[in-house]
Amino acid sequence: MAARERLLTRNFDLPDSHRLETYHRNGGYEALRKALAMAPAAITEEVRRANLRGLGGAGFGTGMKWGFVPKVTGGKPVYLVVNADEGEPGTFKDRHLLERAPHLVLEGMAITAFAVGARRAFVYIRGEYVRPYRTLAAAIEEAARANLLGPDILGSGFDLEITLHRGAGAYICGEETGLLESLEGKKGWPRLKPPFPAVVGAFGCPTVINNVETLALVPPIIARGAEWFAGLGTNTQGGTRIYSVSGHVRRPGPYELPVSATLRELIEEAGGVRDGHRLKAVVPGGSSAAILRAEEIDCTLDVDGLKAAGSMAGSAGVVVMDETTCIVEALYVVARFYAHESCGQCTPCRESTGWIYRVVGRILQGKGRPEDPDQILDIARKGLGTTICAFYDGAVGPYLSYIEKFRPEFDHHIRTGGCDVQPGRVPVLTGH
Amino acid sequence: MPTLTIDGREITVEPGCNLIEAARRLGIEVPHYCYHPALSVVGQCRLCMVELEGQGKLQIGCYTRAADGMVVHTRTPKVLETRQAIMEFHLINHPLDCPVCDQSGECWLQIYYMQHGLYEPRMVEDKVHKPKAVPLGPHVILDAERCILCSRCTRFCDEVTGTGELGIFNRGDHSEIGLFPGRVLDNPYSGNVVDICPVGALTDRDFRFRVRVWYLDRTRSVCPGCSRGCNIEIHTNTRRPHQSKAQRVARLKPRFNAEVNRWWLCDEGRYGHGLIDAPDRLLDPALREDGYRPRRWEETLPVLAERLRGYRPEECGALLSPRLPNEELYLARRLFVDTLGWHSDFRVPPRAPGYEDDFLIRADKNPNTRGAELIGLGPGPDRLDTAGMLEAARTGRLRCLWVFGHDLLDSGLPAAEVQAALEALDCLVFQGTNANRTSRLAHLVLPSATYAEKEGTFTNFEGRIQRFWRAVPPLGQSLPDGEILVRVARALGQEWGSRSSEELFRELAGAVPAFAGLTYRELGEQGRLAAVEAALQ
Repeated sequence: MAARERLLTRNFDLPDSHRLETYHRNGGYEALRKALAMAPAAITEEVRRANLRGLGGAGFGTGMKWGFVPKVTGGKPVYLVVNADEGEPGTFKDRHLLERAPHLVLEGMAITAFAVGARRAFVYIRGEYVRPYRTLAAAIEEAARANLLGPDILGSGFDLEITLHRGAGAYICGEETGLLESLEGKKGWPRLKPPFPAVVGAFGCPTVINNVETLALVPPIIARGAEWFAGLGTNTQGGTRIYSVSGHVRRPGPYELPVSATLRELIEEAGGVRDGHRLKAVVPGGSSAAILRAEEIDCTLDVDGLKAAGSMAGSAGVVVMDETTCIVEALYVVARFYAHESCGQCTPCRESTGWIYRVVGRILQGKGRPEDPDQILDIARKGLGTTICAFYDGAVGPYLSYIEKFRPEFDHHIRTGGCDVQPGRVPVLTGH
Repeated sequence: MPTLTIDGREITVEPGCNLIEAARRLGIEVPHYCYHPALSVVGQCRLCMVELEGQGKLQIGCYTRAADGMVVHTRTPKVLETRQAIMEFHLINHPLDCPVCDQSGECWLQIYYMQHGLYEPRMVEDKVHKPKAVPLGPHVILDAERCILCSRCTRFCDEVTGTGELGIFNRGDHSEIGLFPGRVLDNPYSGNVVDICPVGALTDRDFRFRVRVWYLDRTRSVCPGCSRGCNIEIHTNTRRPHQSKAQRVARLKPRFNAEVNRWWLCDEGRYGHGLIDAPDRLLDPALREDGYRPRRWEETLPVLAERLRGYRPEECGALLSPRLPNEELYLARRLFVDTLGWHSDFRVPPRAPGYEDDFLIRADKNPNTRGAELIGLGPGPDRLDTAGMLEAARTGRLRCLWVFGHDLLDSGLPAAEVQAALEALDCLVFQGTNANRTSRLAHLVLPSATYAEKEGTFTNFEGRIQRFWRAVPPLGQSLPDGEILVRVARALGQEWGSRSSEELFRELAGAVPAFAGLTYRELGEQGRLAAVEAALQ
């Protein structure tokens, strides 16, 4: 494992880590001061060379994304939108960042806004995140009082006004164009692309939209340089990121590791599988990532490493399952989520998420038919790639992988009407 | 102008043209639900997938613009398999209640299932249940279970009428169309959502359960509801009369005309067909003197002719109607103006100004005012207009008045004076389709056919001359107004032969400059502009 660097969680355990005073004491806002003396294009170039990739789920190159903003906007303002609608099941990194390091996020926003020419930023924050919202709101006030936000930041002539917008509890509003629709006051339905948000984003204006954690990594890049940051990771992705580890480990929680670390190292970092149990499966990148079996955890955790392993880094929500987990029930829980959260815009996703959820529920009830697993695979494969946004392809990740990798469990349920993992256990079935 | 290849055939289209439209011009149908050429592109149904060479993923035809050199395939195995899958997705939660659904027979779920589906159904789960038979407004009723959420109706209300009554509520397979709180789908164009709904989710309350659509006959026509002249189809049911309570006209549907109404029709026009089969239709010639007992034409016209011979021309007036087609107005001019030398006019002010908007609906509720003007039915030199004729009637100078359809007692004219004028007349002839207060004062009643029972042309407010065709035979003894005029002329000793409406139009075109050079063939189905400017100079 590379030398242990903590860029995001460095101050997490300090008392009052969310306060400006604490942040200042630990070198906070020095990167902003440095950035304001740089040419905006040079900042973008630095971030590009740092190999920073979007940490919301898609893993797109951040510097490249910023570079898509047109140089000439025809008088339209450029907006920065922060995606704080953390909704991917198994993911809680942004919550910790907003609660424990809000000024790191704000500093990243200020540098990014300066780099892309935005004078106005919106933070779209998940509605259920009440405490993170309050913490961030307080931090914005602190920063504004200290001339770190608002007009003429640190005497540089650069202004930044931040608007907080709370979501109303829809997963799809974490999809960047669904988020923009919702931010504009419309139903959160993802948009047809192109145009991409960098050209036509919020309120019809060029918009850079980044995840909380992505922005929080911008200050360390500016402070310590692209080479250093890139060197922490792999050839195609630099830096560290926070892995939200949940499930059957001794110490669930947020863990910051270089992206070059392996899944096995991460699980060990979280204390390993709970006592007396053994690893059965891991979902490495939030619920949309394909599940991995116990023997598949020696892959690196970067975007390309997990892709090579047949899964995805996604939002780095790592769900660890030991041998007590019924994979059929696990798929049922995931399928319920996707059926509940499909926005309903595209027919394949709207109809088949509900369909698959009902079939899995029926298998779990002991009423499965031998043809059901293949039918689910067929439905999922036929809908793959046919929709406006990536939501459905995300749902297909678990549909296919849970069945393909744990097919005997499904067949057992169908053959016997019961569970071989937890014999005698009656699963709780709920409507959605 | 991009040139592209679709299924091996080359076509050049204008920039911005999407692949559905480009393929359509080659006669290739790319199936689709949510796309409608009048509405924004949303790419929601995902049915219009096509394969583009050089692109791994299928693309939706609605949102993909034709580009130079693009090679498109609409029938590859991959496309067909995806289409079939998407048909299955559309149908898994559909109630399949075709036997009781009004859309059956003109339903795009049925049509596309037969063309692109034909899979073995494998959905054995309980279907999602949603509200059924929900009235959305005075004309439209919703079955949310049949809805495929294409959002055409919501986009119509957002983008065409701008009234925004409808939205899509909830998420996933629980999504449903509905009214925003406190709203009613009662905009003046609400019926159009039924037309653009590709399935049986939105149906017409007026048409519901009336007749299966495959028993309907379709006739091209022009809406007589205002001076816009929206192109329509008259759908008639004469094969299953017991199914629609003697209503031969089952419904009106808009007919596309890019220059007039595009795809649309207002509710006033759409639901205004009741008069055609109304109980107050005038069915038989009748005389007041014998208590309006039904008579035959042969015994009525001699009586009429005898009476008319008793008046000098200046004692007679004809109050023609801008609801008559050009051909009949032309005959009326020949009879009343050229032959008999009567006073004539066609203008009767309405009781209140008609509703109009900046879309289709015009304040002038007559379909052929412009035609009447062009043909010259206004008062000539030394001749009285409408008000003048009524004034002359009151003072006894005018003794005979022939009213075409107008209810003068329900108009913008002062009712007491009209009443006095009508009562002072020696002979009031009423020729029209439906009874009204004026007809009930008439000495002679001549029943005429409605626009649906004859053919002809109307000239709309901007001078577009448009044909309409006969959908059903005249009811009872009623006759087209032109035929009545010919018979009257003969009874008066004129040697008039019966001529077809096409022949009359040719004659009209020879006599009236605005119509010069036009023929039925040239008018076609979409009409032609009259030389209005030239004619009015």
